[in-house]
Amino acid sequence: MQKVKFTNLPSIVSLLLLAVLLTFSTQMLAQADSTAVVAEQAAPETPAAEGVGDVEAGEALFKSNCAACHKLYKKSTGPALFQVSQKYDREWLYKWIKNSQELIASGDAQAIKIFEENNKSVMTAFPGLSNTDIDNILAYTDTEKATPPPSTEVAGGAASSSGGVSNNIILGALALVFLLLIIMLVLVNNTLKKIAAANGVVYEEKQKRAPLWKVFVENQFLVLVTAIFLLLSAGYFMYGYFMQVGVDQGYAPVQPIHYSHRIHAGDNQIDCKYCHSSARKSKTSGIPSLNVCMNCHKNISEVSDDTYAMGQEEYGVDYNKEIQKLYKAVGWDAANQQYTGETEPVKWVRIHNLPDFAYFNHSQHVTVAGIECQKCHGPVEEMEIMEQFSPLTMGWCINCHRETNVNVAGNEYYKEIHEQLSKKYGVDQLTAAQMGGLECGKCHY
Amino acid sequence: MSNNKKYWKSVEELDENSSIVETLKQNEFVAPIPTDDFLGDKETLEASSTTRRDFLKYVGFSTAAASLAACEGPVIKSIPYVVAPDEIVPGVANYYATTMADGFDFANVLVKTREGRPIKIERNDLAKHGGSVNARVHASVLSMYDKNRVQNPMIGGADVTWSDFDKAVAQKMNEMNGKEVVLLTQTFASPSTSKLIKEFTARYANVRHVIYDAVSSSEALDAFQNKFGTRALADYDFSKAEVIVSVGADFIGDWQGGGYEAGYAKGRIPKNGKMSKHYQFEANMSLAGANADVRVPVTPTQQLQVLKALTGGSASGLPENVAAAVSKAKAHLQKAGGKGVLITNLPDVQAQAMVLNYNAGGQVMDTTKPKMTAMGNTQEVMKVMNGVVSGSIKGLITVGVDPVYSFPHKDFAEAYKNLDMSLAFAMKPDATAVVAQMVAATPHYLESWGDVQLKKGTFSIMQPTIKPLFNTRQFQECLLKWTGQGETKYYDYLKEFMQGSVLGTSSWNQAVHDGVVESTAEVTTDADTTNSNSLQLDSSTSNGALSSAAQNGGMELVLYTKTGLGSGNQANNPWLQELPDPISRASWDNYVTVSKADADAMGLENYNVANGGLNGSYVHVKMNGVTVENVPVLIQPGQAKGSIGLALGYGQKEGIQEEMQTGVNAYPLYSNFSAVQTGVTLEKASGVHEFACVQLHNTMMGRDIIKETTLEIFNTKDVHYWNAVPEVSKDHQEIPVTSPDADLWEGFDRSIGHHFNLSIDLNACTGCGACVIACHAENNVPVVGKDEVRKSRDMHWLRIDRYYSSEETFESDLEKKENISGLGSSLSEYGEMENASANPQVAFQPVMCQHCNHAPCETVCPVAATSHGRQGQNHMAYNRCVGTRYCANNCPYKVRRFNWFLYAENDEFDYHMNNDLGRMVLNPDVVVRSRGVMEKCSMCIQMTQKTILDAKRDGRPVKNGEFKTACSAACETGAIAFGDINAEKSEIHELKENKRMYHLLEAVGTKPNVFYQTKVRNTNEA
Repeated sequence: MQKVKFTNLPSIVSLLLLAVLLTFSTQMLAQADSTAVVAEQAAPETPAAEGVGDVEAGEALFKSNCAACHKLYKKSTGPALFQVSQKYDREWLYKWIKNSQELIASGDAQAIKIFEENNKSVMTAFPGLSNTDIDNILAYTDTEKATPPPSTEVAGGAASSSGGVSNNIILGALALVFLLLIIMLVLVNNTLKKIAAANGVVYEEKQKRAPLWKVFVENQFLVLVTAIFLLLSAGYFMYGYFMQVGVDQGYAPVQPIHYSHRIHAGDNQIDCKYCHSSARKSKTSGIPSLNVCMNCHKNISEVSDDTYAMGQEEYGVDYNKEIQKLYKAVGWDAANQQYTGETEPVKWVRIHNLPDFAYFNHSQHVTVAGIECQKCHGPVEEMEIMEQFSPLTMGWCINCHRETNVNVAGNEYYKEIHEQLSKKYGVDQLTAAQMGGLECGKCHY
Repeated sequence: MSNNKKYWKSVEELDENSSIVETLKQNEFVAPIPTDDFLGDKETLEASSTTRRDFLKYVGFSTAAASLAACEGPVIKSIPYVVAPDEIVPGVANYYATTMADGFDFANVLVKTREGRPIKIERNDLAKHGGSVNARVHASVLSMYDKNRVQNPMIGGADVTWSDFDKAVAQKMNEMNGKEVVLLTQTFASPSTSKLIKEFTARYANVRHVIYDAVSSSEALDAFQNKFGTRALADYDFSKAEVIVSVGADFIGDWQGGGYEAGYAKGRIPKNGKMSKHYQFEANMSLAGANADVRVPVTPTQQLQVLKALTGGSASGLPENVAAAVSKAKAHLQKAGGKGVLITNLPDVQAQAMVLNYNAGGQVMDTTKPKMTAMGNTQEVMKVMNGVVSGSIKGLITVGVDPVYSFPHKDFAEAYKNLDMSLAFAMKPDATAVVAQMVAATPHYLESWGDVQLKKGTFSIMQPTIKPLFNTRQFQECLLKWTGQGETKYYDYLKEFMQGSVLGTSSWNQAVHDGVVESTAEVTTDADTTNSNSLQLDSSTSNGALSSAAQNGGMELVLYTKTGLGSGNQANNPWLQELPDPISRASWDNYVTVSKADADAMGLENYNVANGGLNGSYVHVKMNGVTVENVPVLIQPGQAKGSIGLALGYGQKEGIQEEMQTGVNAYPLYSNFSAVQTGVTLEKASGVHEFACVQLHNTMMGRDIIKETTLEIFNTKDVHYWNAVPEVSKDHQEIPVTSPDADLWEGFDRSIGHHFNLSIDLNACTGCGACVIACHAENNVPVVGKDEVRKSRDMHWLRIDRYYSSEETFESDLEKKENISGLGSSLSEYGEMENASANPQVAFQPVMCQHCNHAPCETVCPVAATSHGRQGQNHMAYNRCVGTRYCANNCPYKVRRFNWFLYAENDEFDYHMNNDLGRMVLNPDVVVRSRGVMEKCSMCIQMTQKTILDAKRDGRPVKNGEFKTACSAACETGAIAFGDINAEKSEIHELKENKRMYHLLEAVGTKPNVFYQTKVRNTNEA
């Protein structure tokens, strides 16, 4: 037996080695690809830096001062700025950037023309920028657009898929190993039996026992116990099943626009109540109307390359297309920077569906109690797709009311009642339940 | 032997020959069992191919499928605004001030809107002369969501566009050149509109403007115009009155536009031992009569004499009791001097002039700032009516009026069809609109701009609170188009007009915000546009009816308007149809009110059937060749013998949903537009009318459900004498029921936090019913329809019980009860006490859930669906209720309402909750209850919750007077007050300490959180 086993060993080791090798080799390949891309991206930038300014300083200035309204290659609130220094006289540009309104007021024909071409939107004056700063900015705007790296996507795709492949290979190899082991065991067993037969070893006949099921059936106590157990467990699971009917915890429907809370609330740190402003004063938190989106998205028509890539890779979403959906719904003509007036409301799928007979007021919890949105809605800032985090059952509500102290600090309303009630109950801090938060009529009417 | 004992089921069984017993023997079930209804007829059964097995399969499968499907939650879509309006926050209500002016009801209101749709009407506290926000005004928001409205302009019955309509009208107006055209409008009381109308009549010289009030105040207007030169109505401030004598004027109802109850109630609450004294001489039992200290039933012809006697004439010829009352009233009036006021509703210019002269020197009447809300001129309207019938008038443009329905001329409808031009501005396809050649769809007042001069010097602004629901255009907008000012919007015209003529330096925006602005500006009114020739009054036409009445024989008919429907503008409003009449407590009907004596003489009867429903005879009402057939008869205690009453506004057929086509049209009897008709005969007709009357028992049988006392006793005697707390015996000692020793329960400490109480002052409550409609609107109370109301399944959370005394006064009821002794006497005399007196005293008592601290309902609920909150409210968790109805059985106040059916989205109950439009009025903060659950007054917990939350959000204590319920906010008279009794400065805290305070059925020991203030009647004499 031992002999047999040893003979097979080298082949197994070699197989394992092969699998490991395969995995690592593909990953290394992928790494090599991406470094090559980085090099390619970086390469054209330096030679393009011509003129008098410092491109890097210009880029920093551009991003902090200009990017809100200007893009390099596309019209935004203001015109596209690529190679703007070649269109206009540099001295004129200094004047314009430092105070465009003054220039317009002075009757400069060119200035008036630009002003009118851009829907008469007033450009902020930048008297703080020195001519050198402006030179730097212009140097940056004159920089040729980095040719979009066509290989990024492919390489990225390959890298991720190769990762997947290597995992599969490992699993496959392991499966193969196990299969081989089983075959070997069977073989060994057979061989041993043959040897035993050859040596004339005789097995003792096993005593025939009644089959297990028969024993079980004949033992009435066991049957009874099992029946009770089965019934109880069936009851338990039935109860469990019925209790989750209508509890849509984890409900994450596909929305008409792929809106990522992860990007907005997580990456960009936008306060929940910036968009869901009615949570502060109304019973509903409100799905933001599209004009709220446009406060920012008037200027943000595209996501950054990194974000874009991430969306493609991890979620299979083209974020830029989703922004276009927003534009379509709100009727924004990005090319001309104006509203067309043709709107089509977005039919979101409602995630948190409290029944009609339960009254819940956001402002009570958000403004008065000062509870974080995350307490009920979970880590929204990490959710790519919004989902129902809490069960929203009555037991869940009640539990929280029992455990949570009323936020009385600085609220004149609670002053008297808190003093009296806490004396009555002999506590320092009243819970919502002690304040009457468990009464039926507070939520059901 | 015991088994020989025979138990009698009813007295009838004693009579061997009784047919009833015989029939019952044969028939186990009194009503036939509707087997066909659930089995279907034999033919259908046999024609069916479904076998029993198949049927069971289907049932099994569908049950399984249904339960499986129920496990999946539906996908709910949520659609936010694309561009949200700045002022709208979803979930937060916005309020806009506007003005209702539909030609009959004029009022300054505040409109509550949610997410841009109006859901409730409230009083505008900024308006000091705002008219009365009565039940109809509260209900008017539902009239906007009426699916039967005219939705497009129509020519010849076909929908057209407005531009086509404009062209057609222009063409028609040119064709009509030289022919007489009348522009018949409601009273707009709108200065800008009258300017526009003038521009219109200037452009088309053949057009004459006539104002028509469906319910006329013409004689009073004539008298006022004769005396003061302005066509307007005198205004009265009854809070200043010490003695009020009304001759037929229901000034708590709709007399001269109504709106007097607030002032009246102010004077009726005893203060410093004083309250006003109110004498009422009237034929019908009206709201004013029900509230009076002394009510004398007199027929209209006698009323004229009463009036003459009161103003100096002789009382001879009047019945003795009337003459005695008249002399007392007269003496009292004289004693009060300038604080006495005399009013009348007699359709007689001279009578009205007498009253104006009498009040002229007093403090109560105000003629410098008269009311402008009625301007119709009977003679002018008669000319129009006769002109159309005779054919001299070729064209008629009607605005906001429905002459085909309401003109008392049988040939008018036919003649109207033959007009060369008929153009109707209408909101609903009413009788006029359906036969008019052209119909201009007009918006509801909640969708319109406008200005209204309610009183001279008080200008109100009407502003839209929602985008027009249908393709409508308001009358003023049309006039602008048709007078060649097509480019101007009415809004701009109005703004310019107001800024130019009224506002002066004050701000337009502020005026729109407040909804009302006081100004001394003089503006021209519609009245000035009417033909001034009519000023040469010849009184013979207008008061001829009365003077010659007595000789006429027959009965005297007094036409009145009911609290529910008024002149009938809102007949398609289920809230109003279901609102019980405050006096008769009958809903969904109008009827002839007859005195008991007359009814007995004519063999007319009213009786209650086994299910509690009231049945009554029918009569044909005949007068001068006009017959109104099959009018139900309601025997009305207090109706003057020889007089009958009939309400206007009912019996509409066009543009009205079938369920709402109730009652009979009384306008054909409104001859000469006079509320009093003589020579009317009743002829008994066959058949039995089934009323939907919500009150079965009309008397209190001497119990103290309503505590009452007289001013004299109130002023002189100790409170224990007239408002004693009931006592019970414990250990052979009498202790008050309020004592903790008399209690089964341990009381809770209610001194911490808010503790809500509701106070109802029975002196101030006039029974007007505004609170009932406000409660409907606030709490999504369903409408159940006439049949269900008849079965006592009405859903009103708040009812206003009306009690009659069975003797002349409630006091003598009490005496009679005290004197009952022995079996014989108690059988007969208690029986007598069930019947109301011929001229009873009346008392109103609003009853809603009493929110008992020791609530009987809470202890019997097997599932704990109803429980008590620390703030004093008795909570009702609908989602927990399984519908055992134990609570309703155990409630001593009978205020719990059971949902026998699903009333929303159910074709069997085809009212507003059954269509998308009507459902827009629902309050999103309150659940719509489903079938099989109990519901009741929640003390508007959604409103108290909101008040508390607002305070919490602002971080401040709740302000004094901030807590409100729908009923307390709606109450014009301040009879209903609500608040936190633990807040020591609050009004409710004081009211609770008031010595008039008592609890309903205090002896039961329920410790309610609703309390009443004992009614005090002024029995003082001059």
